[in-house]
Amino acid sequence: MSAYLISLLAILERETLRFIGQRGRFVAALVRPLVWLLVFAAGFRAALGLSITPPYETYITYEVYIVPGLCGMIQLFNGMQTSLSLVYDREMGSMRLLLSSPLPRWWLLLSKLMAGVAISIFQVYAFLAIAAVFGIVLPWEGYLLVLPALVISGLTLGALGLALSSIIRQLENFAGVMNFVIFPMFFLSSALYPLWRMAESSELLHDICAVNPFTHAVELIRFALYAQVNFMALFWTALALAVFMALALWGYDPARGFMRRKG
Amino acid sequence: MRSLALVLMSLAFVAPVSAAEIWVSNEKDDTISVIDVETLEVVRTIPTGERPRGITFSKDYSRLYICASDSDTVQVMDPETGEILHNLPSGEDPEQFVLHPNDRHLYIANEDDAITTVVDTETRKVIAQIDVGIEPEGMAVSPDGKIVITTSETTNMAHWIDTESQSIFANSLVDSRPRHAEFTKGGSELWVSSEIGGTVTVFKVEDQAEVAKIRFEVQGVHADRVQPVGFEFTEDEKRVFIALGPSNHVAVVNAETYEVEDYILVGRRVWHMDFSPDKTLLFTTNGVSGDVTVIDVAALEAIKTIKVGRFPWGAAARP
Repeated sequence: MSAYLISLLAILERETLRFIGQRGRFVAALVRPLVWLLVFAAGFRAALGLSITPPYETYITYEVYIVPGLCGMIQLFNGMQTSLSLVYDREMGSMRLLLSSPLPRWWLLLSKLMAGVAISIFQVYAFLAIAAVFGIVLPWEGYLLVLPALVISGLTLGALGLALSSIIRQLENFAGVMNFVIFPMFFLSSALYPLWRMAESSELLHDICAVNPFTHAVELIRFALYAQVNFMALFWTALALAVFMALALWGYDPARGFMRRKG
Repeated sequence: MRSLALVLMSLAFVAPVSAAEIWVSNEKDDTISVIDVETLEVVRTIPTGERPRGITFSKDYSRLYICASDSDTVQVMDPETGEILHNLPSGEDPEQFVLHPNDRHLYIANEDDAITTVVDTETRKVIAQIDVGIEPEGMAVSPDGKIVITTSETTNMAHWIDTESQSIFANSLVDSRPRHAEFTKGGSELWVSSEIGGTVTVFKVEDQAEVAKIRFEVQGVHADRVQPVGFEFTEDEKRVFIALGPSNHVAVVNAETYEVEDYILVGRRVWHMDFSPDKTLLFTTNGVSGDVTVIDVAALEAIKTIKVGRFPWGAAARP
Protein backbone atom coordinates (compact mmCIF):
# COMPACT_ATOMS: atom_id res chain seq x y z
CA MET A 1 0.00 0.00 0.00
CA SER A 2 1.36 3.37 -0.92
CA ALA A 3 2.34 5.76 1.83
CA TYR A 4 -0.26 8.23 0.57
CA LEU A 5 -3.08 5.77 1.07
CA ILE A 6 -1.78 4.68 4.45
CA SER A 7 -1.70 8.27 5.67
CA LEU A 8 -5.19 8.94 4.27
CA LEU A 9 -6.60 5.86 6.02
CA ALA A 10 -4.81 6.70 9.24
CA ILE A 11 -6.20 10.24 9.27
CA LEU A 12 -9.67 8.94 8.35
CA GLU A 13 -9.49 6.40 11.17
CA ARG A 14 -8.36 9.04 13.67
CA GLU A 15 -11.17 11.41 12.66
CA THR A 16 -13.73 8.60 12.78
CA LEU A 17 -12.55 7.55 16.23
CA ARG A 18 -12.69 11.13 17.37
CA PHE A 19 -16.23 11.45 15.94
CA ILE A 20 -17.39 8.24 17.61
CA GLY A 21 -15.78 9.33 20.85
CA GLN A 22 -17.64 12.63 20.77
CA ARG A 23 -21.23 11.41 20.84
CA GLY A 24 -22.38 14.83 21.86
CA ARG A 25 -20.98 16.23 18.62
CA PHE A 26 -23.09 13.85 16.54
CA VAL A 27 -26.20 14.55 18.56
CA ALA A 28 -25.57 18.31 18.30
CA ALA A 29 -24.96 18.01 14.57
CA LEU A 30 -28.40 16.42 14.19
CA VAL A 31 -30.33 18.39 16.77
CA ARG A 32 -29.29 21.76 15.32
CA PRO A 33 -30.88 21.28 11.86
CA LEU A 34 -33.80 19.36 13.33
CA VAL A 35 -34.68 22.28 15.59
CA TRP A 36 -34.70 24.50 12.53
CA LEU A 37 -36.77 22.01 10.57
CA LEU A 38 -39.35 21.09 13.17
CA VAL A 39 -39.63 24.29 15.21
CA PHE A 40 -38.50 27.25 13.14
CA ALA A 41 -39.96 26.01 9.84
CA ALA A 42 -43.27 25.11 11.46
CA GLY A 43 -43.58 28.63 12.80
CA PHE A 44 -42.72 30.27 9.51
CA ARG A 45 -44.75 27.91 7.37
CA ALA A 46 -47.29 30.42 6.23
CA ALA A 47 -44.99 33.44 6.35
CA LEU A 48 -42.75 32.55 3.43
CA GLY A 49 -45.36 33.12 0.75
CA LEU A 50 -45.74 31.13 -2.37
CA SER A 51 -43.68 31.10 -5.49
CA ILE A 52 -42.25 28.40 -7.68
CA THR A 53 -38.52 28.61 -8.35
CA PRO A 54 -36.34 25.91 -9.92
CA PRO A 55 -35.69 23.07 -9.16
CA TYR A 56 -39.21 22.92 -7.74
CA GLU A 57 -42.01 22.30 -10.20
CA THR A 58 -44.90 23.01 -7.88
CA TYR A 59 -45.68 24.75 -4.59
CA ILE A 60 -43.75 23.49 -1.58
CA THR A 61 -43.98 24.00 2.14
CA TYR A 62 -41.27 25.91 3.98
CA GLU A 63 -40.02 22.69 5.60
CA VAL A 64 -39.32 21.26 2.16
CA TYR A 65 -37.57 24.48 1.13
CA ILE A 66 -35.09 24.61 3.99
CA VAL A 67 -33.97 20.94 3.89
CA PRO A 68 -31.09 21.59 1.41
CA GLY A 69 -30.02 24.65 3.41
CA LEU A 70 -29.92 22.56 6.57
CA CYS A 71 -27.81 19.93 4.79
CA GLY A 72 -25.42 22.78 3.96
CA MET A 73 -25.62 23.96 7.58
CA ILE A 74 -24.48 20.53 8.79
CA GLN A 75 -21.51 20.67 6.44
CA LEU A 76 -20.70 24.26 7.37
CA PHE A 77 -20.61 23.45 11.09
CA ASN A 78 -18.67 20.29 10.39
CA GLY A 79 -16.12 22.23 8.37
CA MET A 80 -15.70 24.65 11.24
CA GLN A 81 -15.51 21.78 13.70
CA THR A 82 -12.64 20.37 11.65
CA SER A 83 -10.96 23.73 11.86
CA LEU A 84 -11.53 23.73 15.62
CA SER A 85 -9.97 20.29 15.93
CA LEU A 86 -6.91 21.50 14.02
CA VAL A 87 -6.48 24.37 16.43
CA TYR A 88 -6.84 21.88 19.27
CA ASP A 89 -4.28 19.59 17.61
CA ARG A 90 -1.88 22.46 17.35
CA GLU A 91 -2.30 23.34 21.00
CA MET A 92 -1.87 19.73 22.07
CA GLY A 93 1.16 19.13 19.85
CA SER A 94 -0.29 16.38 17.65
CA MET A 95 -0.31 18.81 14.73
CA ARG A 96 3.48 18.92 14.80
CA LEU A 97 3.51 15.13 14.63
CA LEU A 98 1.22 15.15 11.61
CA LEU A 99 3.04 17.85 9.72
CA SER A 100 6.44 16.26 10.31
CA SER A 101 5.36 13.33 8.15
CA PRO A 102 7.57 12.97 5.04
CA LEU A 103 4.48 13.18 2.80
CA PRO A 104 3.68 16.48 1.10
CA ARG A 105 1.78 18.89 3.28
CA TRP A 106 -1.00 19.37 0.71
CA TRP A 107 -1.72 15.66 0.83
CA LEU A 108 -1.92 15.64 4.62
CA LEU A 109 -4.29 18.59 4.60
CA LEU A 110 -6.39 17.07 1.82
CA SER A 111 -6.61 13.80 3.76
CA LYS A 112 -7.75 15.69 6.83
CA LEU A 113 -10.28 17.50 4.67
CA MET A 114 -11.61 14.29 3.09
CA ALA A 115 -11.99 12.66 6.48
CA GLY A 116 -14.09 15.63 7.61
CA VAL A 117 -16.21 15.50 4.46
CA ALA A 118 -16.91 11.77 4.96
CA ILE A 119 -18.16 12.48 8.47
CA SER A 120 -20.30 15.40 7.31
CA ILE A 121 -21.92 13.28 4.59
CA PHE A 122 -22.79 10.64 7.16
CA GLN A 123 -24.42 13.35 9.27
CA VAL A 124 -26.36 14.72 6.30
CA TYR A 125 -27.77 11.30 5.41
CA ALA A 126 -28.78 10.72 9.03
CA PHE A 127 -30.57 14.10 8.95
CA LEU A 128 -32.31 13.28 5.64
CA ALA A 129 -33.47 9.96 7.10
CA ILE A 130 -35.00 11.70 10.13
CA ALA A 131 -36.60 14.34 7.87
CA ALA A 132 -38.16 11.49 5.83
CA VAL A 133 -39.63 10.06 9.03
CA PHE A 134 -41.32 13.44 9.55
CA GLY A 135 -42.82 13.25 6.06
CA ILE A 136 -40.29 15.29 4.07
CA VAL A 137 -39.51 12.74 1.40
CA LEU A 138 -37.45 13.69 -1.65
CA PRO A 139 -37.31 11.95 -5.04
CA TRP A 140 -35.41 8.66 -4.54
CA GLU A 141 -32.84 9.48 -7.22
CA GLY A 142 -32.12 12.71 -5.36
CA TYR A 143 -30.78 10.72 -2.38
CA LEU A 144 -28.16 9.16 -4.68
CA LEU A 145 -27.33 12.16 -6.83
CA VAL A 146 -26.84 14.45 -3.87
CA LEU A 147 -23.74 12.46 -2.89
CA PRO A 148 -21.33 14.06 -5.43
CA ALA A 149 -22.82 17.48 -4.61
CA LEU A 150 -22.22 16.86 -0.90
CA VAL A 151 -18.61 15.86 -1.64
CA ILE A 152 -17.97 19.13 -3.49
CA SER A 153 -19.81 21.35 -1.00
CA GLY A 154 -18.22 19.48 1.91
CA LEU A 155 -14.73 19.96 0.47
CA THR A 156 -15.40 23.67 -0.09
CA LEU A 157 -16.70 24.33 3.42
CA GLY A 158 -13.99 22.09 4.90
CA ALA A 159 -11.31 23.97 2.95
CA LEU A 160 -12.70 27.21 4.36
CA GLY A 161 -12.35 25.71 7.83
CA LEU A 162 -8.75 24.70 7.08
CA ALA A 163 -7.90 28.17 5.83
CA LEU A 164 -9.43 29.69 8.96
CA SER A 165 -7.66 27.26 11.26
CA SER A 166 -4.33 28.42 9.88
CA ILE A 167 -4.98 31.91 11.19
CA ILE A 168 -6.66 31.09 14.49
CA ARG A 169 -4.10 30.99 17.21
CA GLN A 170 -6.04 29.75 20.17
CA LEU A 171 -9.23 27.83 20.84
CA GLU A 172 -10.77 30.88 22.49
CA ASN A 173 -10.79 32.67 19.17
CA PHE A 174 -13.25 30.16 17.82
CA ALA A 175 -16.15 32.16 19.16
CA GLY A 176 -15.10 34.85 16.69
CA VAL A 177 -15.40 32.32 13.88
CA MET A 178 -18.96 31.62 14.96
CA ASN A 179 -19.86 35.31 14.96
CA PHE A 180 -17.96 36.44 11.91
CA VAL A 181 -18.03 33.39 9.63
CA ILE A 182 -20.72 30.80 10.39
CA PHE A 183 -23.65 33.07 11.19
CA PRO A 184 -23.14 35.59 8.36
CA MET A 185 -22.52 32.79 5.88
CA PHE A 186 -25.62 30.92 6.95
CA PHE A 187 -28.05 33.82 7.30
CA LEU A 188 -26.83 35.71 4.22
CA SER A 189 -27.52 32.80 1.91
CA SER A 190 -30.40 31.04 0.18
CA ALA A 191 -30.51 28.42 2.96
CA LEU A 192 -33.45 29.95 4.82
CA TYR A 193 -35.04 32.25 2.25
CA PRO A 194 -35.07 32.20 -1.54
CA LEU A 195 -33.03 34.96 -3.16
CA TRP A 196 -36.12 36.56 -4.73
CA ARG A 197 -37.44 37.03 -1.21
CA MET A 198 -34.20 38.77 -0.20
CA ALA A 199 -34.43 41.02 -3.26
CA GLU A 200 -37.91 42.09 -2.14
CA SER A 201 -36.54 43.50 1.12
CA SER A 202 -33.14 44.76 -0.04
CA GLU A 203 -31.21 44.59 -3.29
CA LEU A 204 -27.95 44.91 -1.34
CA LEU A 205 -28.81 41.91 0.83
CA HIS A 206 -29.69 39.98 -2.29
CA ASP A 207 -26.34 40.82 -3.91
CA ILE A 208 -24.42 39.81 -0.78
CA CYS A 209 -26.31 36.52 -0.71
CA ALA A 210 -25.65 35.97 -4.41
CA VAL A 211 -21.86 36.17 -3.97
CA ASN A 212 -21.79 34.11 -0.77
CA PRO A 213 -20.15 30.75 -1.64
CA PHE A 214 -22.44 29.07 0.88
CA THR A 215 -25.45 30.10 -1.24
CA HIS A 216 -23.95 28.25 -4.20
CA ALA A 217 -23.11 25.21 -2.10
CA VAL A 218 -26.72 25.10 -0.88
CA GLU A 219 -28.11 25.54 -4.39
CA LEU A 220 -25.83 22.76 -5.66
CA ILE A 221 -27.27 20.47 -2.96
CA ARG A 222 -30.84 21.68 -3.59
CA PHE A 223 -30.75 20.92 -7.32
CA ALA A 224 -28.97 17.57 -6.77
CA LEU A 225 -31.69 16.52 -4.31
CA TYR A 226 -34.12 16.92 -7.22
CA ALA A 227 -31.83 15.07 -9.66
CA GLN A 228 -30.73 18.23 -11.45
CA VAL A 229 -27.40 19.99 -11.89
CA ASN A 230 -27.11 23.72 -11.29
CA PHE A 231 -24.00 24.42 -13.38
CA MET A 232 -23.67 27.98 -12.14
CA ALA A 233 -23.67 26.80 -8.51
CA LEU A 234 -21.25 24.00 -9.41
CA PHE A 235 -18.85 26.49 -11.01
CA TRP A 236 -18.91 28.93 -8.09
CA THR A 237 -18.61 26.18 -5.49
CA ALA A 238 -15.65 24.62 -7.32
CA LEU A 239 -14.03 28.06 -7.66
CA ALA A 240 -14.52 28.71 -3.94
CA LEU A 241 -12.98 25.30 -3.20
CA ALA A 242 -9.90 26.17 -5.26
CA VAL A 243 -9.52 29.55 -3.54
CA PHE A 244 -10.04 28.22 0.02
CA MET A 245 -7.72 25.28 -0.62
CA ALA A 246 -5.02 27.58 -1.98
CA LEU A 247 -5.41 29.81 1.08
CA ALA A 248 -5.17 26.79 3.39
CA LEU A 249 -2.02 25.52 1.68
CA TRP A 250 -0.51 28.96 1.86
CA GLY A 251 -1.51 29.30 5.49
CA TYR A 252 0.07 25.99 6.41
CA ASP A 253 3.22 26.55 4.36
CA PRO A 254 5.94 27.15 6.99
CA ALA A 255 8.01 29.25 4.60
CA ARG A 256 5.33 31.79 3.60
CA GLY A 257 2.07 31.48 5.39
CA PHE A 258 0.44 32.69 8.55
CA MET A 259 2.24 29.96 10.50
CA ARG A 260 5.54 31.71 9.99
CA ARG A 261 4.20 35.07 11.02
CA LYS A 262 2.89 33.54 14.20
CA GLY A 263 6.31 32.17 14.89
CA MET B 1 -45.43 7.91 -57.42
CA ARG B 2 -45.58 4.62 -55.58
CA SER B 3 -42.66 5.57 -53.35
CA LEU B 4 -44.34 8.88 -52.58
CA ALA B 5 -47.46 7.01 -51.52
CA LEU B 6 -45.34 4.78 -49.27
CA VAL B 7 -43.68 7.78 -47.67
CA LEU B 8 -47.07 9.38 -47.07
CA MET B 9 -48.39 6.15 -45.58
CA SER B 10 -45.39 5.77 -43.28
CA LEU B 11 -45.81 9.40 -42.21
CA ALA B 12 -49.43 8.69 -41.43
CA PHE B 13 -48.36 5.83 -39.16
CA VAL B 14 -45.76 7.82 -37.24
CA ALA B 15 -47.90 10.95 -36.98
CA PRO B 16 -48.59 11.57 -33.29
CA VAL B 17 -51.98 10.54 -32.05
CA SER B 18 -53.68 13.57 -30.55
CA ALA B 19 -52.96 13.39 -26.83
CA ALA B 20 -55.46 13.87 -24.06
CA GLU B 21 -56.03 17.46 -23.00
CA ILE B 22 -57.31 19.50 -20.07
CA TRP B 23 -59.25 22.62 -21.02
CA VAL B 24 -59.17 25.45 -18.49
CA SER B 25 -61.31 28.61 -18.59
CA ASN B 26 -59.48 31.81 -17.60
CA GLU B 27 -62.03 34.12 -15.98
CA LYS B 28 -60.05 37.38 -16.29
CA ASP B 29 -58.32 36.74 -19.62
CA ASP B 30 -61.45 35.70 -21.56
CA THR B 31 -59.56 32.69 -22.87
CA ILE B 32 -59.27 28.95 -22.58
CA SER B 33 -55.86 27.34 -21.99
CA VAL B 34 -55.44 23.82 -23.37
CA ILE B 35 -52.95 21.65 -21.45
CA ASP B 36 -51.42 18.55 -23.05
CA VAL B 37 -51.69 15.75 -20.47
CA GLU B 38 -48.49 14.05 -21.75
CA THR B 39 -46.16 17.04 -21.75
CA LEU B 40 -48.03 19.00 -19.04
CA GLU B 41 -47.63 22.17 -21.07
CA VAL B 42 -50.09 24.70 -22.44
CA VAL B 43 -50.38 23.91 -26.14
CA ARG B 44 -53.16 26.30 -27.17
CA THR B 45 -54.83 29.46 -25.90
CA ILE B 46 -58.25 30.17 -27.38
CA PRO B 47 -60.25 33.42 -27.03
CA THR B 48 -63.81 33.17 -25.68
CA GLY B 49 -66.64 35.49 -24.67
CA GLU B 50 -66.37 37.62 -21.53
CA ARG B 51 -65.58 36.00 -18.19
CA PRO B 52 -65.63 32.29 -19.07
CA ARG B 53 -66.33 30.15 -16.01
CA GLY B 54 -68.11 26.76 -16.19
CA ILE B 55 -67.05 24.60 -19.17
CA THR B 56 -68.16 21.13 -20.25
CA PHE B 57 -67.88 18.91 -23.32
CA SER B 58 -70.67 17.15 -25.19
CA LYS B 59 -70.63 13.35 -24.88
CA ASP B 60 -68.68 12.85 -28.14
CA TYR B 61 -66.36 15.79 -27.35
CA SER B 62 -67.29 17.47 -30.62
CA ARG B 63 -68.60 20.58 -28.86
CA LEU B 64 -67.46 22.60 -25.86
CA TYR B 65 -70.04 24.57 -23.90
CA ILE B 66 -68.72 27.69 -22.18
CA CYS B 67 -70.52 29.86 -19.63
CA ALA B 68 -69.45 33.32 -20.83
CA SER B 69 -70.86 35.01 -17.73
CA ASP B 70 -70.40 38.67 -18.63
CA SER B 71 -71.53 38.08 -22.22
CA ASP B 72 -74.76 36.62 -20.74
CA THR B 73 -74.57 33.61 -23.00
CA VAL B 74 -73.44 30.02 -23.26
CA GLN B 75 -71.06 29.67 -26.17
CA VAL B 76 -70.69 26.51 -28.22
CA MET B 77 -67.15 25.95 -29.49
CA ASP B 78 -65.69 23.51 -32.00
CA PRO B 79 -62.73 22.13 -29.97
CA GLU B 80 -60.80 21.23 -33.13
CA THR B 81 -60.75 24.73 -34.60
CA GLY B 82 -61.44 26.79 -31.47
CA GLU B 83 -64.16 28.55 -33.41
CA ILE B 84 -67.35 29.69 -31.66
CA LEU B 85 -70.12 27.93 -33.59
CA HIS B 86 -73.04 29.76 -32.01
CA ASN B 87 -74.42 31.11 -28.75
CA LEU B 88 -77.20 29.58 -26.69
CA PRO B 89 -79.86 31.63 -24.90
CA SER B 90 -78.75 31.15 -21.33
CA GLY B 91 -80.48 33.83 -19.30
CA GLU B 92 -78.43 36.46 -17.46
CA ASP B 93 -75.00 35.82 -15.91
CA PRO B 94 -74.63 32.07 -16.43
CA GLU B 95 -72.01 30.79 -13.98
CA GLN B 96 -72.20 27.01 -13.90
CA PHE B 97 -74.17 24.42 -15.79
CA VAL B 98 -74.58 20.71 -16.17
CA LEU B 99 -75.28 18.68 -19.31
CA HIS B 100 -78.09 16.17 -18.91
CA PRO B 101 -77.14 12.51 -19.70
CA ASN B 102 -79.39 12.86 -22.81
CA ASP B 103 -76.52 15.03 -24.18
CA ARG B 104 -79.10 17.61 -25.18
CA HIS B 105 -80.45 19.61 -22.26
CA LEU B 106 -78.22 22.11 -20.48
CA TYR B 107 -79.24 23.16 -16.98
CA ILE B 108 -77.78 26.61 -16.35
CA ALA B 109 -77.53 28.55 -13.07
CA ASN B 110 -78.33 32.26 -13.67
CA GLU B 111 -76.61 33.90 -10.74
CA ASP B 112 -78.23 37.36 -11.02
CA ASP B 113 -81.81 36.20 -11.71
CA ALA B 114 -82.29 33.42 -9.13
CA ILE B 115 -83.31 31.11 -11.96
CA THR B 116 -82.20 27.80 -13.40
CA THR B 117 -82.61 27.90 -17.18
CA VAL B 118 -83.03 24.71 -19.22
CA VAL B 119 -81.81 25.01 -22.80
CA ASP B 120 -82.23 22.54 -25.62
CA THR B 121 -78.83 22.55 -27.34
CA GLU B 122 -80.29 21.21 -30.60
CA THR B 123 -83.19 23.60 -31.11
CA ARG B 124 -81.23 26.32 -29.24
CA LYS B 125 -84.37 27.26 -27.35
CA VAL B 126 -85.11 27.75 -23.66
CA ILE B 127 -87.49 24.98 -22.67
CA ALA B 128 -87.95 25.89 -19.01
CA GLN B 129 -86.97 28.39 -16.36
CA ILE B 130 -87.20 27.29 -12.76
CA ASP B 131 -87.25 29.73 -9.85
CA VAL B 132 -84.64 28.79 -7.32
CA GLY B 133 -82.96 30.50 -4.34
CA ILE B 134 -80.85 33.68 -4.53
CA GLU B 135 -77.53 33.47 -6.42
CA PRO B 136 -77.75 29.96 -7.85
CA GLU B 137 -74.36 28.44 -8.63
CA GLY B 138 -73.63 24.72 -8.17
CA MET B 139 -75.26 22.37 -10.67
CA ALA B 140 -75.40 18.55 -10.68
CA VAL B 141 -77.41 15.88 -12.46
CA SER B 142 -78.10 12.37 -11.20
CA PRO B 143 -76.65 9.53 -13.32
CA ASP B 144 -80.17 8.43 -14.39
CA GLY B 145 -80.98 12.02 -15.37
CA LYS B 146 -84.10 12.18 -13.21
CA ILE B 147 -82.84 14.79 -10.71
CA VAL B 148 -80.98 18.05 -11.20
CA ILE B 149 -79.56 20.00 -8.27
CA THR B 150 -79.09 23.75 -8.10
CA THR B 151 -77.37 25.21 -5.05
CA SER B 152 -78.13 28.83 -4.16
CA GLU B 153 -75.30 30.75 -2.52
CA THR B 154 -77.38 33.21 -0.51
CA THR B 155 -80.40 31.04 0.33
CA ASN B 156 -77.96 28.32 1.48
CA MET B 157 -79.97 25.54 -0.07
CA ALA B 158 -79.68 22.65 -2.46
CA HIS B 159 -82.82 22.61 -4.65
CA TRP B 160 -83.89 19.18 -5.94
CA ILE B 161 -85.41 19.53 -9.43
CA ASP B 162 -87.50 16.81 -11.09
CA THR B 163 -86.33 16.83 -14.73
CA GLU B 164 -89.62 15.46 -15.99
CA SER B 165 -91.81 18.20 -14.56
CA GLN B 166 -88.94 20.75 -14.49
CA SER B 167 -89.95 21.76 -10.98
CA ILE B 168 -88.47 21.69 -7.50
CA PHE B 169 -89.65 18.75 -5.40
CA ALA B 170 -87.43 19.26 -2.33
CA ASN B 171 -85.04 21.75 -0.72
CA SER B 172 -82.21 20.91 1.64
CA LEU B 173 -80.56 23.44 3.91
CA VAL B 174 -76.79 23.40 3.86
CA ASP B 175 -74.10 25.58 5.41
CA SER B 176 -73.33 29.07 4.18
CA ARG B 177 -72.69 29.70 0.46
CA PRO B 178 -73.04 26.34 -1.25
CA ARG B 179 -70.84 26.39 -4.34
CA HIS B 180 -70.76 22.97 -5.91
CA ALA B 181 -72.71 19.71 -5.96
CA GLU B 182 -72.02 16.20 -7.30
CA PHE B 183 -73.88 12.91 -7.29
CA THR B 184 -71.96 9.70 -6.68
CA LYS B 185 -71.83 7.48 -9.77
CA GLY B 186 -74.37 5.04 -8.41
CA GLY B 187 -76.63 8.01 -7.71
CA SER B 188 -77.21 7.08 -4.08
CA GLU B 189 -75.52 10.12 -2.54
CA LEU B 190 -75.38 13.85 -3.20
CA TRP B 191 -72.41 15.89 -1.96
CA VAL B 192 -72.66 19.69 -1.57
CA SER B 193 -69.76 22.02 -0.64
CA SER B 194 -70.35 25.17 1.42
CA GLU B 195 -67.68 27.81 0.89
CA ILE B 196 -68.23 30.08 3.90
CA GLY B 197 -69.56 27.31 6.13
CA GLY B 198 -66.32 25.44 5.45
CA THR B 199 -68.10 22.11 5.17
CA VAL B 200 -69.24 19.48 2.70
CA THR B 201 -72.65 17.95 3.39
CA VAL B 202 -73.57 14.46 2.18
CA PHE B 203 -77.23 13.56 1.51
CA LYS B 204 -78.93 10.27 0.82
CA VAL B 205 -80.72 10.79 -2.49
CA GLU B 206 -83.53 8.39 -1.65
CA ASP B 207 -85.03 10.57 1.10
CA GLN B 208 -82.80 13.69 0.94
CA ALA B 209 -81.65 12.94 4.49
CA GLU B 210 -78.30 14.30 5.67
CA VAL B 211 -75.82 11.46 6.09
CA ALA B 212 -72.62 13.28 7.02
CA LYS B 213 -70.97 16.64 7.34
CA ILE B 214 -67.27 16.89 6.58
CA ARG B 215 -65.11 19.57 8.20
CA PHE B 216 -61.56 20.56 7.38
CA GLU B 217 -58.57 21.74 9.32
CA VAL B 218 -55.44 22.73 7.43
CA GLN B 219 -52.31 23.05 9.58
CA GLY B 220 -51.08 26.63 9.74
CA VAL B 221 -54.12 28.07 7.93
CA HIS B 222 -56.82 30.09 9.68
CA ALA B 223 -60.21 28.36 9.65
CA ASP B 224 -61.78 31.31 7.78
CA ARG B 225 -59.56 30.60 4.80
CA VAL B 226 -60.60 26.96 4.53
CA GLN B 227 -63.39 27.27 1.95
CA PRO B 228 -64.47 24.12 0.10
CA VAL B 229 -65.57 24.73 -3.48
CA GLY B 230 -65.15 22.28 -6.39
CA PHE B 231 -64.62 18.55 -5.88
CA GLU B 232 -64.34 15.31 -7.84
CA PHE B 233 -64.66 11.60 -7.07
CA THR B 234 -61.95 9.13 -8.08
CA GLU B 235 -62.87 6.44 -10.61
CA ASP B 236 -63.47 3.82 -7.90
CA GLU B 237 -65.32 6.43 -5.80
CA LYS B 238 -63.26 5.58 -2.75
CA ARG B 239 -61.83 9.06 -2.50
CA VAL B 240 -62.95 12.63 -3.10
CA PHE B 241 -60.61 15.52 -3.85
CA ILE B 242 -62.02 18.79 -2.54
CA ALA B 243 -60.63 22.23 -3.47
CA LEU B 244 -60.34 24.38 -0.33
CA GLY B 245 -60.19 27.83 -1.96
CA PRO B 246 -57.86 30.39 -0.29
CA SER B 247 -56.34 27.79 2.03
CA ASN B 248 -54.39 26.77 -1.10
CA HIS B 249 -54.90 23.08 -0.34
CA VAL B 250 -56.88 20.21 -1.78
CA ALA B 251 -58.37 17.83 0.78
CA VAL B 252 -58.40 14.10 0.15
CA VAL B 253 -61.50 12.59 1.74
CA ASN B 254 -62.32 8.92 2.20
CA ALA B 255 -65.74 8.63 0.52
CA GLU B 256 -66.72 5.65 2.69
CA THR B 257 -65.78 6.93 6.14
CA TYR B 258 -66.08 10.67 5.30
CA GLU B 259 -62.72 11.20 7.05
CA VAL B 260 -60.13 13.63 5.68
CA GLU B 261 -57.02 11.58 4.84
CA ASP B 262 -54.64 14.20 3.55
CA TYR B 263 -54.16 17.80 2.42
CA ILE B 264 -52.16 18.61 -0.70
CA LEU B 265 -50.54 22.02 -1.20
CA VAL B 266 -51.52 23.63 -4.53
CA GLY B 267 -51.67 27.19 -5.91
CA ARG B 268 -53.56 30.15 -4.49
CA ARG B 269 -57.37 30.07 -4.25
CA VAL B 270 -57.89 26.61 -5.68
CA TRP B 271 -61.35 26.51 -7.22
CA HIS B 272 -62.32 23.61 -9.50
CA MET B 273 -60.65 20.54 -10.95
CA ASP B 274 -60.89 17.61 -13.35
CA PHE B 275 -59.14 14.29 -13.87
CA SER B 276 -57.12 13.33 -16.93
CA PRO B 277 -59.14 10.88 -19.09
CA ASP B 278 -57.20 7.91 -17.63
CA LYS B 279 -57.95 9.27 -14.11
CA THR B 280 -54.32 9.06 -13.00
CA LEU B 281 -53.79 12.82 -12.79
CA LEU B 282 -55.91 15.57 -11.29
CA PHE B 283 -55.71 19.17 -12.54
CA THR B 284 -56.75 21.94 -10.13
CA THR B 285 -57.41 25.53 -11.21
CA ASN B 286 -55.71 28.03 -8.88
CA GLY B 287 -57.41 31.39 -9.44
CA VAL B 288 -55.17 33.95 -7.72
CA SER B 289 -51.82 32.40 -8.70
CA GLY B 290 -53.07 31.92 -12.27
CA ASP B 291 -51.93 28.35 -12.62
CA VAL B 292 -53.00 24.72 -12.65
CA THR B 293 -51.50 22.18 -10.24
CA VAL B 294 -51.17 18.58 -11.38
CA ILE B 295 -51.71 15.95 -8.67
CA ASP B 296 -50.59 12.34 -8.99
CA VAL B 297 -53.79 10.58 -7.86
CA ALA B 298 -52.10 7.36 -6.70
CA ALA B 299 -49.25 9.05 -4.81
CA LEU B 300 -51.44 11.92 -3.52
CA GLU B 301 -48.67 14.34 -4.46
CA ALA B 302 -48.56 17.59 -6.40
CA ILE B 303 -46.05 16.96 -9.19
CA LYS B 304 -46.15 20.12 -11.24
CA THR B 305 -47.77 23.53 -11.49
CA ILE B 306 -48.43 25.00 -14.93
CA LYS B 307 -48.92 28.71 -15.66
CA VAL B 308 -52.17 29.43 -17.53
CA GLY B 309 -54.16 32.66 -18.00
CA ARG B 310 -55.39 35.02 -15.29
CA PHE B 311 -57.84 33.56 -12.80
CA PRO B 312 -58.36 30.03 -14.09
CA TRP B 313 -61.82 28.82 -13.04
CA GLY B 314 -63.25 25.66 -14.63
CA ALA B 315 -61.54 22.54 -16.00
CA ALA B 316 -62.72 19.82 -18.40
CA ALA B 317 -60.84 16.81 -19.80
CA ARG B 318 -60.87 15.80 -23.46
CA PRO B 319 -59.46 12.40 -24.52
